Amino acid sequence: MELLKDLALALERGDDERVADLTRAAIDMAISPHTIVNDGLVAGMNVVGEQFRIHEIFLPDVLLAARAMNAGLDLVKPLLVGDAVPSLGTVVLGSVKGDMHDIGKNLVGIMLKGAGFDVVDLGNDVDPIAFVDVAVAKGARVIGLSALITTTMPVMKEVIDIVAERGLKDAIRVIVGGAPVSRAFAEQIGADDYGYDAANAVERVRALMASS
Amino acid sequence: MRPKLRFLDDDLIEAIVAEARQVLCELGVEIHNHSVLDLLGDLGADIDRVHRRARFTQGLIDKALETAPRGFKLYDVLGNETHDFSGDHVYFTPGSAAINILDNETGLIRKPTTADYVRYARLAGSLENIASQSTAFIPADVPETISDSYRLFLSLLYCEKPVVTGAFTIEAFAVMRDLQLAVRGSPGALEARPLTVFSCCPTSPIKWSDVTSQNLVDCARHGIPVEFISMPLSGFMAPVSLVGTLIQHTAETLSGVVICQAARPGAPMLYGGSPAVFDVRYETTPMGAVETMMVDCAYSEIGKHLGMPTQAYISLSDAKQLDAQAGLESSMGATLAALSGINNVSGPGMLDFESCQSLEKLVVDNEICGMTYRLIGGIEPREDFPAIPLFQELLRDKHLLIAKHTRKYWKKEIRYPGPVIDRANRARWQEEGGLSLRERAAGAVKRRLEAWTPSRLPEETKRELVRLISREAARHGMDRLPEREV
Repeated sequence: MELLKDLALALERGDDERVADLTRAAIDMAISPHTIVNDGLVAGMNVVGEQFRIHEIFLPDVLLAARAMNAGLDLVKPLLVGDAVPSLGTVVLGSVKGDMHDIGKNLVGIMLKGAGFDVVDLGNDVDPIAFVDVAVAKGARVIGLSALITTTMPVMKEVIDIVAERGLKDAIRVIVGGAPVSRAFAEQIGADDYGYDAANAVERVRALMASS
Repeated sequence: MRPKLRFLDDDLIEAIVAEARQVLCELGVEIHNHSVLDLLGDLGADIDRVHRRARFTQGLIDKALETAPRGFKLYDVLGNETHDFSGDHVYFTPGSAAINILDNETGLIRKPTTADYVRYARLAGSLENIASQSTAFIPADVPETISDSYRLFLSLLYCEKPVVTGAFTIEAFAVMRDLQLAVRGSPGALEARPLTVFSCCPTSPIKWSDVTSQNLVDCARHGIPVEFISMPLSGFMAPVSLVGTLIQHTAETLSGVVICQAARPGAPMLYGGSPAVFDVRYETTPMGAVETMMVDCAYSEIGKHLGMPTQAYISLSDAKQLDAQAGLESSMGATLAALSGINNVSGPGMLDFESCQSLEKLVVDNEICGMTYRLIGGIEPREDFPAIPLFQELLRDKHLLIAKHTRKYWKKEIRYPGPVIDRANRARWQEEGGLSLRERAAGAVKRRLEAWTPSRLPEETKRELVRLISREAARHGMDRLPEREV
């Protein structure tokens, strides 16, 4: 449908005002809310995700698209009676105990939200147990751990050990990242994955969700 | 505010110029061309025919400086303006006339061929920070006697950008002018929209050969812009002191200004050069030496003080391969040149004392040139006052990635280089192949060549260019031109 194609295109361009206008128009035409979301908003966001993955567009473009997506979702949400807004899954995110740095973690959170994930951001200096407790409570399938300094990196392993001790290894996957963290370190501590930057983290989380 | 570099104060410039003028009036300039000596004699110079010297008068020099244009423009093969050589406008052009090319496949130097030149011209057309092409190297698969006109022919055929070039003989000027006339259509059109700049080189100390002085006069008379390439060697063929070198450079370049303006008052010129210090340890003339660059920038100040646009061979390297030395010397040169406001900066792509061109280095240097453009763009307020509202937004939203202020100014404020420059973190760099600079540069050359589209010069004009160069080649005993991709 032409209108939904225009909606997807407006989202790709990050034009939140036009996305809102076209979403209203679609609602007025009695197009089903699910169709508006899936064939308009999510379709546009998928294009954005792919363009970002191949470095054709950059971080601000994705965030603008995410903002535009929210402009549309805010209008459609009340109409999705009995249904939740479609989500790719929930990720619990935080900087580990002792680490007060959160810029990189925030960036990952913004990017994950933009890509359609539900994000529970626990902030920084987060106790290892809290990650697991919240993940269980929220039904999260992925925990994202961030560290910027080498002295806090060992705390990542504590979180992974708690997940294992509680027998949740198959239900909850742990991904790690941060400037001093490497793939080798991730493997050494038994993490399920490693993201080398925010964009890569989104890709890896997507893969983890698909495999869990 | 545009950042500006200066090495000389006005008093020192005037002292250097006064001394250089004295040298030209008392010692004179050696000119191995009788018609040029006649020309200067007619205008009041004291001519010593036995020693082929012309001693200028202060009045002759004053007159030349009065008629010297303060600037001129350059146009591509389609007639579009590409250069405004005036003020502190900065343009880059590849280093010219290398005798070797660095073959990226083997890592070795070799004599360049027509195929290499075609690749170069196509690549030069794609480089967004290098405004003109030069006849960057000398194809070795044609007779030397036509190598100057042949490279200009290839440049005009495969790249739309204007050309910095030069003739190796007196006779070559005619066909090199005819090639330009074929593009422009008439002498008037060529004068109105110059397509090339010819390098004309005095010989140190303070001497003009038969060929170079005649080329200079021929260019002036036909309205073809010239750039003077004086090459004093500090400590060898020039005083070791930088001021002494500048006095010699000024004398040699002023002698060119006088000859040019004598041939035709108002003829377009660039006050240029390619001086170098002399490295007595290796008996070489390092273009990457910091003192060489200081002299370049300083004589540009002198040229501007005298009211002329300027040129320099700077932003090149003495390294033998695309390595850190190549980067640091080219980068320092390009930076200093841009900060000095040198109008025509010759050098990108060049290695090994102006003897070796590298296509891979050219794409790296293109990025260096881009960075210098950002540098001289300076720091300007971008709706930064009052600052409180923007910081309120930052504290509220936790980031400014998509703030209106960011969206309005990020492309103006921050220049993103091409993939030749590695800015990925190590993990991403490794995932994308862990490529070295040389590998990334080779990839960039390949991508740019694949994206090449033919020059929009009319087919009829292209055929005329082929006809002209074929006739010239036949005249020099070459029945068929080397094969080349169309």
